[in-house]
Amino acid sequence: MCGIVGLLLKKPNLRDQLGAFMVPMLVGMTERGPDSAGLAVYTEPVREPLHKLSLYCGTQVVDWSSLVTDVTQAIPSAYQIEVNGNHAILTCAADPDAIVGWLATHRPGIAVLSIGQSIDLYKDVGAPALIAERYHFKTLRGSHLVGHTRMATESAVTPAHAHPFTAGRDFCLVHNGSLSNPHLVRRKLEPLGIRFETDNDTEAACRFFEWRLREGDDLKTAVQRGFSELDGFFTFLMGTDQEMLIVRDAFACKPAVVAETDAYVAIASEFRSLAHLPDIAHATLFEPKPEEIYSWRI
Amino acid sequence: MANIEAAREPCAMANSLEFDLSKDSLRDLNLFLHRDAHRSGVTEVVVNHPDGAHSIACGMNSPTNIQIHGHVGYYVAGMNKHASVTVHGNAGPGAAENMMSGRVHIRGFASTAAGASAHGGLLVIDGDASLRCGISLKGGDIVVGGSVGSFSAFMAQAGRIVICGDAEDALGDSLYEAVIYVRGEVRSLGADARFEPMTDADRKVVAQLLALAGMSFDPAEFKRVASAKSLYHWHADADQEY
Repeated sequence: MCGIVGLLLKKPNLRDQLGAFMVPMLVGMTERGPDSAGLAVYTEPVREPLHKLSLYCGTQVVDWSSLVTDVTQAIPSAYQIEVNGNHAILTCAADPDAIVGWLATHRPGIAVLSIGQSIDLYKDVGAPALIAERYHFKTLRGSHLVGHTRMATESAVTPAHAHPFTAGRDFCLVHNGSLSNPHLVRRKLEPLGIRFETDNDTEAACRFFEWRLREGDDLKTAVQRGFSELDGFFTFLMGTDQEMLIVRDAFACKPAVVAETDAYVAIASEFRSLAHLPDIAHATLFEPKPEEIYSWRI
Repeated sequence: MANIEAAREPCAMANSLEFDLSKDSLRDLNLFLHRDAHRSGVTEVVVNHPDGAHSIACGMNSPTNIQIHGHVGYYVAGMNKHASVTVHGNAGPGAAENMMSGRVHIRGFASTAAGASAHGGLLVIDGDASLRCGISLKGGDIVVGGSVGSFSAFMAQAGRIVICGDAEDALGDSLYEAVIYVRGEVRSLGADARFEPMTDADRKVVAQLLALAGMSFDPAEFKRVASAKSLYHWHADADQEY
């Protein structure tokens, strides 16, 4: 079991309150996912050629300013770092892939959680309320976000196995359910040069969709293709810099409720995570139908 | 604000009691409903701000009238016996699951597995019901004002399901003796389910259930779906191709 939450604000003047609206949604899904939690927030984008990398150092003590000094020497560029506990957002004009390579060699204990111009990613093990407090989720600003609370059923409880999973640029996915053929998908993708970081089933779905996006599919087409490639139970919630998308498997085994008003689209596994939202009494409420793709753009 | 102590010593006026789940705990509500509702003389319990809580009025065993104002989560009125439970909102998965008797009325839509395994009583859903409505029904009656999702009435053994809208895939798959009446389109029937002619007795049943549900469709518009009973006995020659 897991909990998923998504929130897209239609009115730009509400974007300062994105985190404040979302924290009760995430905490409301604690019983569905008490062991880990995370979210991807889509902020005001940085401009070309800038990129942001969300970094995670776990329990290590890291001197982030010396990291910036070292990476500046190795890959000259202007770097900006914003530290938030054991997470940090590194912004620069250098090639993100070069930085990922440099980190793997020189700071192997630091994980790159996301890369993009809009996405910031936080995830860790622990109760959702503690994680929300640890990284000050209440203060997050942005146009939309995708979050998850995890109750692990098929792979270990570690920060790397927590959701959201990311691949490519500005793409993330959270999952409630379990896939039955992730290894098959992985064996299909690895020969194409696609590298996996964990043995988690959701990562296979995430990398599959991102591969399809790179091959030219739009997100809906990629998801449509997923129906014949991904076997198992799923409610997937995905984010790109422009879009939030939800889809459920043919048996709709895992729940989801959507609430839509003039001001927002809010999604959660259960209504109890939506009950606190403003004007919820007048929201249009519905459950996504099986294998129907619902998406909203910012 | 619920006042449980007052309810235990009812006065002439105090036959209705309110619980506000934004302040009162779900456990206090269900404890009152299980232990005290019947002997307290309270005949109506009003529940406000359910806010999607699970298992509200689950396991009732007294003829209490329960009015829930708002949306509820999993298993509302599960295992209901004798009580009449109305949800003025939507219900999460497993509404009235394993109901034994009484009446459960969902004024909005119901999520998956509404009325699953119900042995008796009446479940009314004004809106749509999601997938697996009435799965393994064992004698209860279900009336859905809207449409039902796929695999509804899967392996239903006894009871009746009236669907005023449409049904999605595999309606009545592996049915036993339960009977389905559907007014709209059926995207597909499940294995061993078949359309059968409506008799006068069928029209009477539909009219009766619609009246109980407070719905006013013409029974003549409904089609009957029941089991072809070809799965009742093992056929070695069928080679598992049904």
